[in-house]
Amino acid sequence: MSAVLDNHGHGHGRVHDPHDHHGGYGGIMRWVTTTNHKDIGTLYLWFSLIMFMVGGVMALVIRAELFQPGLQIVNPDFFNQMTTMHGLIMVFGAIMPAFVGFANWQIPMMIGAPDMAFARMNNWSFWILPFAASLLILSFFMPGGAPGVGWTLYAPLTVQMGIGMDLTIFAIHLLGMSSIMGSINILTTILNMRAPGMTLMRMPMFVWTWLITAYLLVAVMPVLAGAVTMTLTDRHFGTTFFNAAGGGDPVLYQHIFWFFGHPEVYIIALPAFGVVSQVIPAFSRKPLFGYASMVSATTGIAVLSFIVWAHHMYTVGMPVTGQLFFMYATMLIAVPTGVKVFNWVATMWHGSLTFETPMLFALGFLFLFTLGGFTGLVLSLVPVDIQLHDTYYVVAHFHYVMVAGALFAAFAGVYFWLPKWIGRMYDETLGKWHFWLTMIFFNVTFFVQHFAGLAGMPRRIPDYPLMFETWNRISSIGAFGFGFSQLLFLYVVLKAIRSGEKAPERPWEGADSIDWTLLPTPAPYHTFETPPVIEEAP
Amino acid sequence: MNQALLDQRVRDNRRMLVKLSVVALAMFGFGFALVPLYEKICQALGVNTLIAPDRAYANTQVDLTRSVTIELDANAHDLAWRFRPMLRHLTVHPGELAQVEYEIVNVRETPVTAQAIPSYGPQNAGQYLRKLECFCFTQQTLAAGETRRMPVVFQIDPALPKDVNTITLSYTFFEVAGASKE
Repeated sequence: MSAVLDNHGHGHGRVHDPHDHHGGYGGIMRWVTTTNHKDIGTLYLWFSLIMFMVGGVMALVIRAELFQPGLQIVNPDFFNQMTTMHGLIMVFGAIMPAFVGFANWQIPMMIGAPDMAFARMNNWSFWILPFAASLLILSFFMPGGAPGVGWTLYAPLTVQMGIGMDLTIFAIHLLGMSSIMGSINILTTILNMRAPGMTLMRMPMFVWTWLITAYLLVAVMPVLAGAVTMTLTDRHFGTTFFNAAGGGDPVLYQHIFWFFGHPEVYIIALPAFGVVSQVIPAFSRKPLFGYASMVSATTGIAVLSFIVWAHHMYTVGMPVTGQLFFMYATMLIAVPTGVKVFNWVATMWHGSLTFETPMLFALGFLFLFTLGGFTGLVLSLVPVDIQLHDTYYVVAHFHYVMVAGALFAAFAGVYFWLPKWIGRMYDETLGKWHFWLTMIFFNVTFFVQHFAGLAGMPRRIPDYPLMFETWNRISSIGAFGFGFSQLLFLYVVLKAIRSGEKAPERPWEGADSIDWTLLPTPAPYHTFETPPVIEEAP
Repeated sequence: MNQALLDQRVRDNRRMLVKLSVVALAMFGFGFALVPLYEKICQALGVNTLIAPDRAYANTQVDLTRSVTIELDANAHDLAWRFRPMLRHLTVHPGELAQVEYEIVNVRETPVTAQAIPSYGPQNAGQYLRKLECFCFTQQTLAAGETRRMPVVFQIDPALPKDVNTITLSYTFFEVAGASKE
């Protein structure tokens, strides 16, 4: 596969040996040994797409079983493995690597750097991922199968699981190391390697969101590593961190996990915000409204994300004072988030709007992420959450923010940047089909889950009473539609790579970050080897 | 970019790498540090439900603000049994568990089976006198000349109306027809 056309912009007539460009290797070894941020970005994106399909199949197994009451297709144990692995694969295998892929491709080009700060560590950050994913998949084939404990891996159930749990713990260690190394890379690149004149307050918002996200990652990923290490030692080395008989407490696991877990969801959301902050101004032909307040709001969200974790734990027996603190802090996060939503809308106000596929996904994000935020606000209320905790209302909430939020933003990013990466346009008609099918089926799948949750349907159950039948049937139909619509995305991407129309230098006239204004389309293999001097704010 | 600047950049990058790696390691340690930290902070804030020392259980069921007198009465209706309570009356708090004993003597020369039936004064007090154990739950068969002591374990429901201060519990033994051998 060659994601980059032979166009280097060197401007001299040297005859190029085809092997010259890619570190001296061709074929598979090029990809194994690459230290080029574009290649590594491509690797992350393909890995993410494959894991998205794998996690998607698991979701369809879940929805197939839930299509009707009664147990028809899988046994409850395997169903629990599906829910667990669907969550782990989507979070750690699909959505996070997707945004890291965007970071790798875009950050150096957007700040005028030739590559990431630690190009070889970058290679290792990626190649850890297929190994980690293999460990996760391998757990299915172990005695006992994959762990069926929920992606949140609560003790004490995890302490009782079979060897599949240990494989999962090692996979998480690897995934964590990959993320931490990647974040160190991103932080160092952004802080040390901006071109002259590219001050922090002139950087594209996508770079800002990744700067903040990388800090979050370095801070909380190690805590997750600690939590699963404690689980490992409780399992095999006689510790009793989470065992009351030894003086420990299962609730302690929840505190440690969610100290990571809540910032984690912002780690997923902030880069999505960053993509949207690139796309909406481009298709409004207007600068992003309130750049400085966007930076502050993103920082505010990140800081606040550290003090709200126990809103995932309202029902563990916390004293009311604790519940109230976390409730108020959680409601507070709605404020900077609202600022961002307002700023995106204000960007469009009096803009000259066109609705190509990236913009469609960005607008879908804007509407549906906001809805997800509202249900989050509902859940933040202690008395309400006591009723809705561990029901499908929660499942609906996080799928709105994770799928209609982060995934839609990722789609927007792919459609937006694909021309820059491969020098070809995707098929706009098919892209629009992908958007509308995704939009409709997403809502069919997940909107009705709010009702199921409000009616009392618990989550993580393979079977349910008749009263929940209607919502589950509708949701399952939507899920299959949603799943098959993503095959269209795969086709659109492949078709663009193989035979897409050649992209103009500036396919999006409103896009004005330096990756668009100072670089050819497609971007050459090496860019900004000589840093540009940034004269005025983009 | 000249070589000196490139070298400086490499040095700057390395410095950041070291600093951030230290942060990552520190946060890993912080995760473990949370274990004693939670213990200390929960203790300091007084929310330590697992490790709190046992406190003496406060009895919330017995209403110590009032006393009720229970008067005991026993009849053997047409039955050749001597039947009497060992106490004529006792005073209890509502919610408090009490036990009284009755003595039954079969003065006949044949075995006799009988059933005790309770009645209460005032009549509605019966629903507040909760018996946990009573000889009246089953038929009693006494051999000729047998003497038996049997308990009644009961508790007055604290919901007993405030104006009731005395409850009379009266048992009457009725012979079960056809059960005794003649």
